[in-house]
Amino acid sequence: MSVRKNQAHLTANEKREFVNALLELKRSGRYDAFVSTHNGFIMNDTDHGDRVAHRSPSFLPWHRKFLLEFERELQRVNSSVTIPYWDWTADRSPDSSLWADDFLGPTGRSTDGQVMTGPFAYQTGNWPISIGMDRRPYLRRSLGSRGVQLPTRAEVNSVLAMATYDMPPWNSGSDGFRNHLEGWRGVDLHNRVHVWVGGHMATGASPNDPVFWLHHCFIDKLWDEWQRAHPDSGYLPATGTANVVGLHDPMRPWNDTTPADMLDHTPHYTYDTA
Amino acid sequence: MSGITRRQALYGGTAALIGAALTAPAAGAASTRSGPTPFSEVYNGRQIQGRSTPGANHHHHGGPDYTVFIDGKELHIMQNADGSWVSVINHYELHSSPRALARAAVNDLQGAELSPLP
Ligand SMILES: [Cu+2]
Ligand SMILES: [Cu+2]
Repeated sequence: MSVRKNQAHLTANEKREFVNALLELKRSGRYDAFVSTHNGFIMNDTDHGDRVAHRSPSFLPWHRKFLLEFERELQRVNSSVTIPYWDWTADRSPDSSLWADDFLGPTGRSTDGQVMTGPFAYQTGNWPISIGMDRRPYLRRSLGSRGVQLPTRAEVNSVLAMATYDMPPWNSGSDGFRNHLEGWRGVDLHNRVHVWVGGHMATGASPNDPVFWLHHCFIDKLWDEWQRAHPDSGYLPATGTANVVGLHDPMRPWNDTTPADMLDHTPHYTYDTA
Repeated sequence: MSGITRRQALYGGTAALIGAALTAPAAGAASTRSGPTPFSEVYNGRQIQGRSTPGANHHHHGGPDYTVFIDGKELHIMQNADGSWVSVINHYELHSSPRALARAAVNDLQGAELSPLP
């Protein structure tokens, strides 16, 4: 059984194996297929039209499935690798071991935002950026410099306390747990972390930065925490709703997976802490 | 919109300052109800333009009937339910108007050219 661990507790060897699996997926072209899929959904999910991956109830099951598919690719390279999670309420500093050269590498330099050291620096030749909004070929970050702070545990708890999964109009204007977690409304958890990292993470092609997976793994874990806190609350909408993925509707691009299929992650992986 | 002025003043320093100013979504909500006004200006050396595109063929991009260009290349933008705006470059950060979005994109691009939309 796969166990997803807090990135802060990984051994040097676990970090190395995770990084090496990422580099192999990048080399084979399979990594960029995930970047491209994500960017396509970002551009097409709209508040008043079809919406699947973002600004909609299926934000959480869609990203759970997306991470699962990505983790399977990692495990084809090395069966012992799982996606770690980044608890940004605890590891809040650009000086965190997350951003060391033996793991994800540091923030970008001030002149052009380019990440200069670590496994994903452009000079290594192992991490060229090809799916993006512009032609700059190097990974960019500006950790903590956009005038926002990472969310606190108290802010997370205030969102976990919301008992209703999602509400009409089922978009970025909704009240309820999903939209507050996603961040279009209220204290803003998920969106704000993308902004805090900056560079590629602030764009639709955010999976260009490997921290995307660690961020979304923690979001996925928070969904699990919410389910435990509210055992009587379920995914909504339960039935067909225009432009929105209901509990038993298939999600693009897979078309064989519904939100109902994604409610329980334990057949696929567990988290290191309950 | 004082944030934009501040950002403009700071630009030319470090990338660290990019996007430092969040603009309030509420400010744009009222004006966008009747459609944002067109604009055309040079901002930090880039030509930025915005105009409404009635009957635009943007539906496959999920975009609104309003288009923003940077040096003639289209920037993919989207309007949120509350009237605020995001672009594919600043996708997780609300902006009050397409012009604020275009300026934020120019700041992020640091002179780089936009790729064609997929
Ligand atoms: Cu996403
Ligand atoms: Cu995200």
